[in-house]
Amino acid sequence: MEGNGFTRRGVLRAGALGAAASALPLVNVHGQTSGGRLALGLWDHWVPAGNDEMRRIVMDWGQKNKVEIQLDFITSVGNKNLLTIAAESQAKQGHDMLSFPTWEVHAKSELLEPMDDIMGRLSGKYGALNPIVEYLAKVEGKWRAVPAISGSQNKPALGRMDLLKQHAGIDIQAMFPANANPGSTAGNWNWDTFLKAAEASHKAGFSFGLPIGQFTDATDWIGSLFRSFGAELVNSKGDITAKSDNVRKVLEYAKQLCTFLPGDVFSWDDASNNRALISGKSALIFNPPSAWAVAKRDAPQVAEQCWSFPAPAGAQGRFTPYLPYFWGVWSFSRNKGAAKALVEYLSQREQAELMVKASNGYDIPPFTSMTDFKTWETEGPPPGVVYNYPVKPHHNSQQFIACYPAPPEIAVQMYNQGIQAKMIARVVQNNETPDRAIAWAEREIEGFKRG
Amino acid sequence: MSQGTLSVPAAPAAAPPRGGALKRLSRRNSTVAFLLTLPLILLILGLVVYPFLYALYLSMLNKRMTRFIGWENFTFLLGRETFWNVVFQSVLFAVSAVLLKALIGFVLAHVLHALPSKGQRKWRGMLLVPWVIPPAISTLAWWWLFDPSYSAFNWALMGIGVDPVPWLGQAGWARFSVILVNVWYGSPFFMIMYLAALKSVPDQLYEAAAIDGASGWQKLRYVTFPMMRNIISITVLFSLIVTFANFDIVRILTNGGPQDTTHVFATYAFQVGIQSGDIPLGASVSLFMFPLLAVFAIFTLRGVNKRSKEMA
Repeated sequence: MEGNGFTRRGVLRAGALGAAASALPLVNVHGQTSGGRLALGLWDHWVPAGNDEMRRIVMDWGQKNKVEIQLDFITSVGNKNLLTIAAESQAKQGHDMLSFPTWEVHAKSELLEPMDDIMGRLSGKYGALNPIVEYLAKVEGKWRAVPAISGSQNKPALGRMDLLKQHAGIDIQAMFPANANPGSTAGNWNWDTFLKAAEASHKAGFSFGLPIGQFTDATDWIGSLFRSFGAELVNSKGDITAKSDNVRKVLEYAKQLCTFLPGDVFSWDDASNNRALISGKSALIFNPPSAWAVAKRDAPQVAEQCWSFPAPAGAQGRFTPYLPYFWGVWSFSRNKGAAKALVEYLSQREQAELMVKASNGYDIPPFTSMTDFKTWETEGPPPGVVYNYPVKPHHNSQQFIACYPAPPEIAVQMYNQGIQAKMIARVVQNNETPDRAIAWAEREIEGFKRG
Repeated sequence: MSQGTLSVPAAPAAAPPRGGALKRLSRRNSTVAFLLTLPLILLILGLVVYPFLYALYLSMLNKRMTRFIGWENFTFLLGRETFWNVVFQSVLFAVSAVLLKALIGFVLAHVLHALPSKGQRKWRGMLLVPWVIPPAISTLAWWWLFDPSYSAFNWALMGIGVDPVPWLGQAGWARFSVILVNVWYGSPFFMIMYLAALKSVPDQLYEAAAIDGASGWQKLRYVTFPMMRNIISITVLFSLIVTFANFDIVRILTNGGPQDTTHVFATYAFQVGIQSGDIPLGASVSLFMFPLLAVFAIFTLRGVNKRSKEMA
């Protein structure tokens, strides 16, 4: 011992100090977690900064409320989030709170904690909600989840200003500028104008990138197309109403439109339309601003010409494709109180604004009163590119989910099996008559009605 | 019964038990064998038997999983047009892919066998590459080759003035594409199994056949093929089971489209069960593979047993 300069007393003293020092954080941690432990499974955001901001907000809340947080970001790639939900609902254990995609609240409603108290307070504070979130999250008169900000998205038109002006003669920026005063041509933005623009762009070699496969981007824009024609396949009572003139009309319209689309759109996935726009091959797609955000990084000359604007209107109105997420708390959660408190905290305007900012405007809050955040005005280039991404009152548009108003247990199957896209594919690829495609859809939907 | 078990001498009645019954039990070969296979038995019980029984239980529940409905899910599926398309596609996919894999594997094995041993190892290694890469990754590479807008194949075709092919956008081409990728992935497995079988055929048989004046075809027909029949049967059975249950290739390349024409049991079960929230129906779809494969397995294994007895 003499040789290395350590004395027995010194070692003992250092040991005692070390033990005391190491015990301090334990006490501290215990003090921090008197609100218990909370396991969260939130949606893994496409925009990486979205996760960082969410983590910061949640951890801050945890610290203030003395709740120990375990936070997992679960990707929707490969439906990992659906698998997690299915597994936890079977095992009756797992996270306390999860992000539930569009249709999952209805599917798991019996295992979800009622959220009427939170929704009552939020509605009182922030006003009207869009009817689609009510359709998706209110089951037998009870809110079973709270519409989330993170991950909820619109899919309006995202077009190239230069190409549409040059080849289709449409100035989309003048039609829907980055302010509340739409141009005089906005009233003419309907599916007939859209068809002419699609034809002109196709002839110029910049076909619209509209997928008609079995992925959500296809289902969403096609759902809005059907709705704006008044083409309803199943009504809110669950009756099959596919055999109608409006359905025939929309199928005939889609057949015309397909002649101006790339021949392979029937196999496009959710990334194909993004690539079509980013590569400069397409003049218009229906998408959230993620395609523009990638273009900003990879093809800035394309991004500078991008502009978000509402979907065209049809005889029954204008409908913007909408895909919301929800925050739900399992009924078997061990810390329901803390989970619900966190959900309410995340739904406040201040947190919503932070999430929207971090996601470059991608996230869409469920309250109309939250569509005025600065981010949507200032994001660019070009400045205001996403101003019209949230639905604004002057758009005269409604957020819409494909297959609404069919009862959700039927609609989810119609949605995931791409019934409307398949009807179009039958008419276009198989040369079937609209009536034959309708008869096929009726048989399919009949099967979805089983309890 | 092993010699060891039979030759355990009976202890004299008056003698005290030395080590007891436990010791005697542990000395038995059958006990040792059981203990050695126990981990595998537990694995099979946990990862095969239990999930199978649980799937069977799930398939007999209603959509909300609140009520027992017996065979209703199965009878419902039998009345669905889309389900029969899935059955047709699954059979087409599995049978054609397995036959092609067997044929290509057979040819490759013979080519490799004929190579001098010095270069054989290098070729064997290279030909095994498709089988070694995880299919989810290699299928992504194939997807890039077939990509609707930026297909590398189409780019090459256009370079020689041929119109682009809708690899994944039209039913016929999409079916061809998923089968092609499966064949590419699975052929090396057949090759390596057949190569092992070829190497075990005694050279004396070929020498005897040569003395009898047999041609190359006759050696293949009357020597090689009979000696390989068991390996061929078992490989085909094994591959058929795996191919029938394939998920990743179809899921990544086509997601079952266009118009459900490339769905196989597993992808359709996933779409119905997980994506559309009908887990009992999804379980029923996946269980339809079981009787089909069971019938095939029984016939194949019976043939193998029969031939083994004949050879013995």
